[in-house]
Amino acid sequence: MSADVRLENVWIKFGSFVAAREIELTIKGGEFFSFLGPSGCGKTTILRAVSGFLKPSEGNILIGGKDMAGIGPNRRPTALIFQNLALFPLMTVWENITFALEVKGVNATERRKKADELLELIALPGQGEKMVGELSGGQRQRVAIARALAAEPEVLLLDEPLSALDLKLRQHMRTELRSIQRRVGITFIYITHDQGEALTMSDNVAVMRDGVIEQVGDGTTIYDAPGSPFVASFVGENNLFRGTVESVDNGMATVTTTVGTLLAKTPVTASNPLKVGDTAYVFQRPESLRFAKPDNQINRIKATIVNEEFEGNFWQVYFEVPGSTKPVKMSMVNDGSSSERRRGEVVELVCEPELSVALAEGPLAAE
Amino acid sequence: MITDRLGKYAVLLFVVMFFAYLFGPLIIMSITAFNSADFPRVSPWDCFSVEWFDVLVNDDKLMDGLRNSLIIGIGVVALSVPIGLAGALMLMQISPRVRPWYYTIVVSPILIPGVVLGISTLIFWDRLGAMFNANYESIFYDGIFLTIVGQTTFISAYSMLVFISRLQRFDPALEEAALDLGASHVQTFRKILLPFLKPAIGSAAVLAFLASFENYNTTVFTITSESTLTTVLASKVRYGINPSISALAVTIVVLTLFAAAIMEIKKRRTDAFEKAISKAVIEGTDALSKLGRKSNRLIDPAFAMIIVIFLAGLGTAYYSGTVGVDECKTSVKEAKKLETQRRVDERRKKQMFEGAQPGTQQAAPNTTAPSTGKAKGTEGYQGIFAPTNLESQVKGDSGAANDAATDDAPAKGTEGYQGIFAPTNLESQVKGEESSN
Repeated sequence: MSADVRLENVWIKFGSFVAAREIELTIKGGEFFSFLGPSGCGKTTILRAVSGFLKPSEGNILIGGKDMAGIGPNRRPTALIFQNLALFPLMTVWENITFALEVKGVNATERRKKADELLELIALPGQGEKMVGELSGGQRQRVAIARALAAEPEVLLLDEPLSALDLKLRQHMRTELRSIQRRVGITFIYITHDQGEALTMSDNVAVMRDGVIEQVGDGTTIYDAPGSPFVASFVGENNLFRGTVESVDNGMATVTTTVGTLLAKTPVTASNPLKVGDTAYVFQRPESLRFAKPDNQINRIKATIVNEEFEGNFWQVYFEVPGSTKPVKMSMVNDGSSSERRRGEVVELVCEPELSVALAEGPLAAE
Repeated sequence: MITDRLGKYAVLLFVVMFFAYLFGPLIIMSITAFNSADFPRVSPWDCFSVEWFDVLVNDDKLMDGLRNSLIIGIGVVALSVPIGLAGALMLMQISPRVRPWYYTIVVSPILIPGVVLGISTLIFWDRLGAMFNANYESIFYDGIFLTIVGQTTFISAYSMLVFISRLQRFDPALEEAALDLGASHVQTFRKILLPFLKPAIGSAAVLAFLASFENYNTTVFTITSESTLTTVLASKVRYGINPSISALAVTIVVLTLFAAAIMEIKKRRTDAFEKAISKAVIEGTDALSKLGRKSNRLIDPAFAMIIVIFLAGLGTAYYSGTVGVDECKTSVKEAKKLETQRRVDERRKKQMFEGAQPGTQQAAPNTTAPSTGKAKGTEGYQGIFAPTNLESQVKGDSGAANDAATDDAPAKGTEGYQGIFAPTNLESQVKGEESSN
């Protein structure tokens, strides 16, 4: 069973501080939905409001079409996986997993059976008798998921559950989480500040800034067609050039920037449409930049190679560009051509207009 | 170099002195429990004996007091642990702005002198009793009840502090997790918070019991006509002390050491267990299951050893403290008699000598004092602390000793305090009054 979650004009205030403003959102049943944003953007606040630990100052939260106002966290069809997991340290693994059944008064043999089923699901068979403290980080993670699933929630809420794990395990758990979600088929709402997690796992992502949802969309939309400078600078890396809009025509904008005139697309998702004479940002992703070829007529940028970093599959090449205060970054697939580049060499770079994004000036993500 | 070594010696000296200061009184008192002498003392040593334990057990007043102390202790635990827990939970719930005020108020009973608490408890319940026209048999005037409520006023604050320190380590997310999984607030409290607080409940209970057991200054007011161990002890110290009190102290010390040893073993065991757990997690070995089996054993060798040593010590003490004690005592008595006889003779000789020179009579006690050996201590204190003095009171029939004491005391007493503190003085006053009536 999965339920959709609707947030209707939800405001959450702590005194004079507004943690979430005017949240209007529908999360479809059975969807893997992520809230992505820097810490303090209000994503955890929204999660706590959905799970019932916080009362919205204004607006309604509906789960499966039912208004949740006045319904406590223990009577909502949601289960929350805490950032620190909050496994019960004085209970064994199976007692942890079946806590939700225990408080419902299910007898021990039945609970034991359910625990074994769930341990199978999370690939920890036969570990039920262990204490929680005896498990490794990844195993605890999975026990927390099993404990939440045992409550048979319609919506599973996850509050940055992978943040405490090391990189390898985190990548493994992403796949694991996604596959568990597909198997059980319930709605997952996932909170993270890690764009990699959000993009790999989610059907849809909401990017948040200062209590406001900046953009909602699937991973590719968020990445390729950011709706605001904040989304463009927070999700993935971008080289940014500031300038004035010369003309807007058929979804393409000409912007006179400090590094020259650049042609870039204006995404349909943009929250503020571009007008001639506006100050605008042009974003070019490192992996979209290339060395210019003779037939490239537009978007050429003159640059000097200043540094190179080797990352195995990629080379990160840094350039000094006249008119840009920050070094421009280019990612190149490691194709064995590095010997052709020399530090100090003056080259010309190019980024296809379709891969450049022009957006009206607005707040950026912190570095 | 020299200063280095000097410093080392200074530290050593300090440590020795520190421990002597801490444990000296306890050790001396413990030794006196086994001396057959009537007054708790180490020197002169009479006979090794356990008779004072016998006296202790047969002391009805003391045993009554002990019983009352136990009842009060249990009552105080039963009241102050829940009150302390409620107070601590409250502190965690209220807003941070009022928290310091709340804390100050609930901790204040600890800062108020026990005497004040005792008197105020007494007055409060007396007024309450008067309001309901209760008679003196009612609960408003019941010493045990009043002592329980009086002590609870500040002991519950102690247990609250224990709970606060434990609660500060509680992860509130655990409570939220339980609620989120469908548990009611009651279930969350019972299944999550209470198990977490279990060790704190134990230590709060022990602390409350001990605080109640040893309390005097509140109890002395609230106990009214009843008595507790502490009030009995206090009155004993005031009206005549014997080594059965030392025997009581030894019993308490031994029990405490015994409990502490068991606690320590238990603690080491859990530590080893936790270590093994983390090791097993890191290495993925089976060390844990082995350890688990070991700790499931019915009787642990360490426990068994402690119990054996304890029983062996008891047995040895009992045997050497009962066998041959009577013979020893008789011989000591004989020796004492001879000694006293010798002293009396000496004194008579001297008095005869002084009688020949009337001019020096005033100074006589000073000159006689050093020569009387044991009776030296009587010089400044009019003889009330003289070991032989008490003996003479107890064994009033022992002729020679009696003579010596009665001879001694009034003679001394006249010097500074006109004899008002002399033991026989009161008697003679009473007698005098009787005869005048």
